[in-house]
Amino acid sequence: MEKEHILSKIKSGLFLLDGGMGTMLQSRGLPAGEQPERWNLSHAETVTEIHRAYLNAGAQAVTTNTFGANALKFDRAELEHVIDGALNCARRAVNEAGKGYILFDIGPSGKLLKPYGDLDFEDAVELFAQTVRLVGNRADAILIETMSDGYETKAAVLAAKENSDLPVFVTNVYGKDGKLTTGADIPAMVALLEGLRVDALGMNCSLGSEQMLSLLPKLYEYTSLPVIVRPNAGLPREEDGKTVYGEDEQTFSDHLVACALKGARILGGCCGTTPAYLRTAAKKLKSARPLPVCERNRSLVSSYTRAAEFGGNVLLIGERINPTGKKRLKQALAERDFDYLAGEAVAQEEQGAHLLDVNVGVPGLDEPILLAQAVSAVQTATDLPLQLDSASPAALEKAMRIYNGKPMVNSVNGKQAVMDAVFPLVKKYGGLLVALTLDEEGIPATAEGRLQIARRILREGKKYGIEKKDMIFDPLAMAVSAEIGEPRVTLNALKLLRDELGVNTVLGVSNVSFGLPARETVTAAFLQLALENGLKGAIVNPLSMEIQKTYRAFLLLNGKDENCSRYVAFACAQEQIAPPRGEEDSLKSAILRGRKERAGALAKELLKTLSPLEIIDQEIVPALDEAGAGFEEKRIYLPQLLMCAEAAKGAFSQIKEYLARTGGKEEKKCAIVLATVKGDVHDIGKNIVKALLENYSFAVSDLGKDVPPETVADEVVRLHAPVAGLSALMTTTVPAMEQTIALLRQRAPWCKVIVGGAVLTEEYAKKIGADCYGKDAMATVRFCESVYRNGR
Amino acid sequence: MIDTAYYEKIDFSVTEALRYLGMRGAEADGETLRVLEEARAEAEQALTPAVRYTEAEIVRGGEELRLSCIRTNSEDLKRNLFGCERAVLFCATVGLGIDRLLVKYGRTHSLKCALLQAIGAAYAESLCDRFCGDLQKKYKGYYLRPRFSCGYGDFPLSAQREFFQALSPEKIGVTLNDSLLMSPSKSVTAVVGMGSIPCKSGIKGCAACEKTDCNFRSR
Repeated sequence: MEKEHILSKIKSGLFLLDGGMGTMLQSRGLPAGEQPERWNLSHAETVTEIHRAYLNAGAQAVTTNTFGANALKFDRAELEHVIDGALNCARRAVNEAGKGYILFDIGPSGKLLKPYGDLDFEDAVELFAQTVRLVGNRADAILIETMSDGYETKAAVLAAKENSDLPVFVTNVYGKDGKLTTGADIPAMVALLEGLRVDALGMNCSLGSEQMLSLLPKLYEYTSLPVIVRPNAGLPREEDGKTVYGEDEQTFSDHLVACALKGARILGGCCGTTPAYLRTAAKKLKSARPLPVCERNRSLVSSYTRAAEFGGNVLLIGERINPTGKKRLKQALAERDFDYLAGEAVAQEEQGAHLLDVNVGVPGLDEPILLAQAVSAVQTATDLPLQLDSASPAALEKAMRIYNGKPMVNSVNGKQAVMDAVFPLVKKYGGLLVALTLDEEGIPATAEGRLQIARRILREGKKYGIEKKDMIFDPLAMAVSAEIGEPRVTLNALKLLRDELGVNTVLGVSNVSFGLPARETVTAAFLQLALENGLKGAIVNPLSMEIQKTYRAFLLLNGKDENCSRYVAFACAQEQIAPPRGEEDSLKSAILRGRKERAGALAKELLKTLSPLEIIDQEIVPALDEAGAGFEEKRIYLPQLLMCAEAAKGAFSQIKEYLARTGGKEEKKCAIVLATVKGDVHDIGKNIVKALLENYSFAVSDLGKDVPPETVADEVVRLHAPVAGLSALMTTTVPAMEQTIALLRQRAPWCKVIVGGAVLTEEYAKKIGADCYGKDAMATVRFCESVYRNGR
Repeated sequence: MIDTAYYEKIDFSVTEALRYLGMRGAEADGETLRVLEEARAEAEQALTPAVRYTEAEIVRGGEELRLSCIRTNSEDLKRNLFGCERAVLFCATVGLGIDRLLVKYGRTHSLKCALLQAIGAAYAESLCDRFCGDLQKKYKGYYLRPRFSCGYGDFPLSAQREFFQALSPEKIGVTLNDSLLMSPSKSVTAVVGMGSIPCKSGIKGCAACEKTDCNFRSR
């Protein structure tokens, strides 16, 4: 008789997995530090016997002993052997028992992904893929478990999906706070994993059954998939100098039953659990009935820490990272100045944006590569979910793949070719898809026409398994200056979409005022009307005061602001941004006092009468020189110096904005290449030097940390940079600094090298062949200035 | 057996953090203090301190010293562990949240980034102090040695791999990169010797260091 498919088995009721493998192997003599997977070959009988014991105890599936079976821990040939061995042990036990499913187990890589660790996302996908490809169809499902990083989880799921047709189950490690160590909460993980179309999800390890029980309701409330719960045998505690797990078989199994009653469908054990635990649990679970798996219909997007849900309060989507009509942003994109994008992201988040749009479409730039880079950069600056915005499916795919979370995707529309290109991407990577109500014929002139297109897009999406909850409809806001009746059509369409189709809606609100003076007044009024007509996502400029006022008053007047507290906080904050009283109010003084916002405002004012160069020479540089001298004379300290540097940056950002607008060009002195050397990740000193050098108008190329000598040499040669600055904090990485200098001497003999870092001294700098020892950041500025003067 | 300890909140010294920035106790002015306060509040939100630790017997054979998975000839470690039969290995981390803030403000606010670096470092130190204090309470009758990390003296950084074998600190989210450095960056691995007699050379921290002209030296 053919065995029932594992997913249909799970659909029909509770499903019991096995318990701890590591615990059992240790009790059988596995020494600390030895790879447990080697026992699949050397102690195959022991491994098989453990599987057998779990099956006899009542487990309906065994998980293979392959937690660490990856190419970081084993070479290719051995990896193949330990995986074969593991599958053979599991198969033998199942055959002998005459029952049981086999889950192929995949644990974390043990490495952290970039940018916080050193494993590249695609390398992580390939690492897991190498393992998955060796499984073939010898298991009933793949279990990706003990994952404490959402991003690594995504890499593993993609590897499984791209290299196998087996069902994929995923369990993550949550702390008591309901978060992974990398910060993701339960809704964020549900959004990510359901987007990736896994077959079941849940939690394992770290917590005992009691703690998991307390997290379970949230998980059940969010997911539309079967829930897996595999707790440890309680939290570890000390007893007579030995560590024991806090829950005995009875307690553990009672909690497991309680878990089943609160929504868990697939149950098992993790560290500290044994066949005895599972036997007791199996008995008690016999009479338990699981809760149904429910369709939750939540419209979720997520970042690497949190989810945002459409359908409740209106969400603001920050529109400022979109180059249309923004010369400064175009320039930043052309120069790959991602720090500028990061700054825009932070500013919008501070003003209460819930999501951020990222659009990098500039003619002549390679959008697919640029969008992915921009998305990665913005994700280092904010944990708001992002809207990936591009008309290019190739750009969308690259960005959706590397995005850490479940993105909002802008957009698909009623054109068949676009639907054919975009729906498969959402099916594979997950996403909340913005659907524009236009098609081959253009934008219908009536609300009903737009509704028709929406219906068609919904039908087409269904073919890919993309449901209503994963689409949000944009009935298109058009310029009122071009067609006076347009805004009414859009507002009617909003209402129809909500009432007839029950879908969420989103609008690029600002379009309405295109071509008019005092645009914000019109935009804000239209926002208010759109909100009244059911708009759920407003793509706006959160830095616009008019928009803020409208949005906050709307929430207040609709009973969404308990005690009026958010409105009051907002209104009070506005009163505080006035110039300080009793202080000299010049740009120079604002910089010296470290007042960034004031410095920006004053620079903007000065630009009406002075040229950028005059402002730099008469106000900014004298302020920086005075601060620098104070630092050298130890009258002020590093934090104050940086405070001034930040304030100067505030003034510079206004000047850059002005230059971009007027087509002027910023005067730069010369290129300086900065890097923290290979093997060292301490970049605080280097970052401080960078901040100061930029204020002194040097064109700094910052290569980051852990930079190989070749990369430094390549960049110095590419820019013909007259100075390279190298940083190292550890004695162990000074040799790497020496090697970098040697290579620079060989390949870029013109280049002066300045070195700095806590372990260096004047003498040591000489010994390793540097031209200068930068004892602090100002010393580096002075050195670069002198090289620049002499070179002119 | 490996244990895990989670800490809700640890006190740490802002003065200590400022010392890392070369302030030597000098008063910060109004605007700097405001940003410092902001940075401190953001850091506290982001902290998820945890420690993995295990106790092991010290085995001395010829030149070699063995301690759980660690095998070393380090003379400095041997000196540190003189008179000890057992030791605790630990890995402490303040969590990844600080690194996220560091990257964010590295791009957007150099002062805040520098302050957070210092706060993170000061916090990691406080966490280690707190953990070692708890150890002292647990092992009454033992005299604990100053904690000793790889990279100190002749105890090589390569011992990091052995620390990771012994502790599986991945369980608290700590990983090792190819250059043997840890992520999250504000993490510490160390050995704490447990002696039955008091330690004579109990000098630790800056006082034990020969670089007396260091900007960061504590007074």
